[in-house]
Amino acid sequence: MSSPIVKLVAQRIALGILLLLAVSVLIFAGTQILPGDVAQAILGQSATPESLANLREQLGLNDPAFIRYFRWLGGVVTGDLGTAMSSGQDIATSIKGRLWNTLFLAFWAAVVAVPLAIILGLIAVRYRNGWVDKLISGLALASTSFPEFFIGYVLVYFFAVKYQIFPGISTVYDGMPFGERMQAIMLPAAALTLVVLAHMMRMTRAAILNVMQSAYVETAELKGLSAFSVIRRHAFPNAIAPIINVVMLNLAYLIVGVVVVEVIFVYPGMGQYLVDHVTKRDVPVVQAVGLIFAVVYISLNIIADIAAIVANPRLRHPK
Amino acid sequence: MADQRAKSVLLDIRNLRIEATVFPPGEAPKNIVLVHDVSLTLEKGKVLGLIGESGAGKSTIGLASMGYGRGGVRITGGEVILNGRDILKGGKEGFRKLRGREVCYVAQSAAAAFNPAHRLMDQVVEATLLHGTATRAAAEKRAVALFKKLSLPNPESIGERFPHQVSGGQLQRVMTAMALCSEPDLIVFDEPTTALDVTTQIDVLAAIKDAIRDTHVAALYITHDLAVVAQVSDEIMVLRHGRLVEWGGTRQIIKEPRQEYTNALVSVHEIEHQEQKPGTTPFLSVKNITAAYGRSHIKVLKNVSVDIYPGQTLAVVGESGSGKSTLARAITGLLPPEEGTVTFDGRPLANRLADRPKEDLRQLQMIYQMADVAMNPRQTVGTIIGRPLEFYFGLRGRQRDARVAELLDKIEMGKGFIDRYPAELSGGQKQRVCIARSLAAKPKLIICDEVTSALDPLVANGILKLLLELQKEENVAYLFITHDLATVKSIADSIAVMYRGEVVRYGAKSQVLAPPFDAYTDLLLSSVPEMEIGWLEKAIKGRRMASAGN
Repeated sequence: MSSPIVKLVAQRIALGILLLLAVSVLIFAGTQILPGDVAQAILGQSATPESLANLREQLGLNDPAFIRYFRWLGGVVTGDLGTAMSSGQDIATSIKGRLWNTLFLAFWAAVVAVPLAIILGLIAVRYRNGWVDKLISGLALASTSFPEFFIGYVLVYFFAVKYQIFPGISTVYDGMPFGERMQAIMLPAAALTLVVLAHMMRMTRAAILNVMQSAYVETAELKGLSAFSVIRRHAFPNAIAPIINVVMLNLAYLIVGVVVVEVIFVYPGMGQYLVDHVTKRDVPVVQAVGLIFAVVYISLNIIADIAAIVANPRLRHPK
Repeated sequence: MADQRAKSVLLDIRNLRIEATVFPPGEAPKNIVLVHDVSLTLEKGKVLGLIGESGAGKSTIGLASMGYGRGGVRITGGEVILNGRDILKGGKEGFRKLRGREVCYVAQSAAAAFNPAHRLMDQVVEATLLHGTATRAAAEKRAVALFKKLSLPNPESIGERFPHQVSGGQLQRVMTAMALCSEPDLIVFDEPTTALDVTTQIDVLAAIKDAIRDTHVAALYITHDLAVVAQVSDEIMVLRHGRLVEWGGTRQIIKEPRQEYTNALVSVHEIEHQEQKPGTTPFLSVKNITAAYGRSHIKVLKNVSVDIYPGQTLAVVGESGSGKSTLARAITGLLPPEEGTVTFDGRPLANRLADRPKEDLRQLQMIYQMADVAMNPRQTVGTIIGRPLEFYFGLRGRQRDARVAELLDKIEMGKGFIDRYPAELSGGQKQRVCIARSLAAKPKLIICDEVTSALDPLVANGILKLLLELQKEENVAYLFITHDLATVKSIADSIAVMYRGEVVRYGAKSQVLAPPFDAYTDLLLSSVPEMEIGWLEKAIKGRRMASAGN
């Protein structure tokens, strides 16, 4: 545990922060390019030029763009995401509950999907090119190829309409008992699992198969290890970096890409919140949600990078 | 008597037949036979050397004694009787029980055969623990004892290291310890010293030999180097194209070979080349070159100076990492030197390749170790050789084709090869095409970078003879880079010995190879295996005496 790892990790984190700043500039600039400004949006089409000018002065909209950017960024860093125009509510408070819901759903989808994908990948390698491998790959590919809304509605049709095991609308509220909450998210979590499963499973399979060509895998076979031990003890540890990468990419998707699934199941998460406010052209909310998504995406990828660095024995144990 | 021998037989292979399915590009898959009805017996505690060129089936036979086939290789006939039972009848479970317990394997490249993710000790004791023949503590104790026996540094703690923290020669010894740890009856050594430098090879070879003697394990020792196998085996079996050529005691094989092929292998290095006296003026002078890669401060070349005379061969010899290939890169301008100059025909050459005129490029050509990656697999032999003719001389059409045919004649291949693709050629033929391509430019100097290292000895011999003939006909000079001293003796006029980026000895061949030697050249020369029983012991003893004298 010495300098090369610390240096590499510090580099990754610094790079991540730089990237986030760049994204914040893009998000801010994007909202500036749109026609009309906040004052116009608040007062509506019938506003008089005088009232517009007054409000602009009041909101500080006449200041140069970079001052407004830093004012906005300063707010974001201190936890003030601004006020929603459509409802006049504080964005930070209303996002908190939504974010929590989205994370809750993503967490349980990941708890099922990640181990399942890796185990299926290991099994596919063990029986590679046999019927088990082909069945797993075929089913996984099919589930990714169908769009999320299709999978969602098929699940609703069977489990909510025909057999009525789980609710078709995933309503959750504060103080809801854990059991009921789990039941409510069952179908959206299943839909998400099916969507991300194939990608992770295929990449796990490919990464391990790549390592299976190595001389040390042959050494392990010639020690008399069983096929599954060879994969688990000798191939898997060396395939961990690419696997972590694809897992993190999919975790990010579970949080950032849930928009469609949340809308289908009317689940009160970030995705739905975003869609609602896009239709209302509520720029500050869209900005805030975009930034949070960027934070999630970039941090998960940094974690993947760092995990890959730490998983490399050459860096962990320098000469 | 016969009964007694039967009792002491460990491995009895009868009429072994091994096949594989190959998938030639653009053709239907076909079945080929790798091993044709080979039989052998090995007594307990004895060492049988399997020798032959690539494709002889020696590794395939070695692995078959563990019931293992690489890729699509299948054992389709015969019996492999180990400890009195036919292992081929045991099925997958049977193989697993025997691998790592009765038979262990030592691979050619230990650096690739150790798992980079686990500590050495965990890998060394893995088979022992798997088969439950000892507790972890007992197995580790045994491993440490083996590390000591194989004279590894810090035997108590080396097991805590990861493979990348240990040198190649040490890894090869750790792998031998790994094979011995589960106390098998038989070890298959598959070219265990081939990937090592010659000065490292001798120590590893001695360590392996001692370990075999002390543990009374039997071994199949696979190699293409007859001189190496003569040091460790009791008997030698010569194989070619998957068939038995000759099988006999070590002394008989190297002293009185009965088959013509064996005789060719034994006398492979006997090329006669009369050393030429250096001319008055060299056409290429390297003066005080210093070079480093990137912005690193580690100098790969330190103050190197050599001269090359028209129509002569300068051999640059040294271990891996000594800077010999870097010297070639500096001369060709691929790696511009930081200091020093390269003078050609009395004028300095531009440092950078990009700054040199076409005429300078033409005069210096290169041939590489890996002929197959030095050619575009999508081009025919005619296109490959024709390219420099177009590029340097503007030859087109019939003129170009005539010259290509002439060059193909020179490399003893003939114009029937014009429309062939590299994939359709053997290793030696590929290297010949590369030679023709470099000759096409009519250069004054050809830099040959380990051009025979990837080839079988007999094929390599053919290439060396060809190079010498071409030198006479075309009056071309060679800068011949190699780690193989036998090759140097065969073809050089002058020699530069390199060590850690410096030229430690330089001069005419007869001077460089005559005593008194500097310490490094002496080490290098005394490390080259000789085809003589007992050479290893003598060489090791000589070293101990030298180090005692110091």
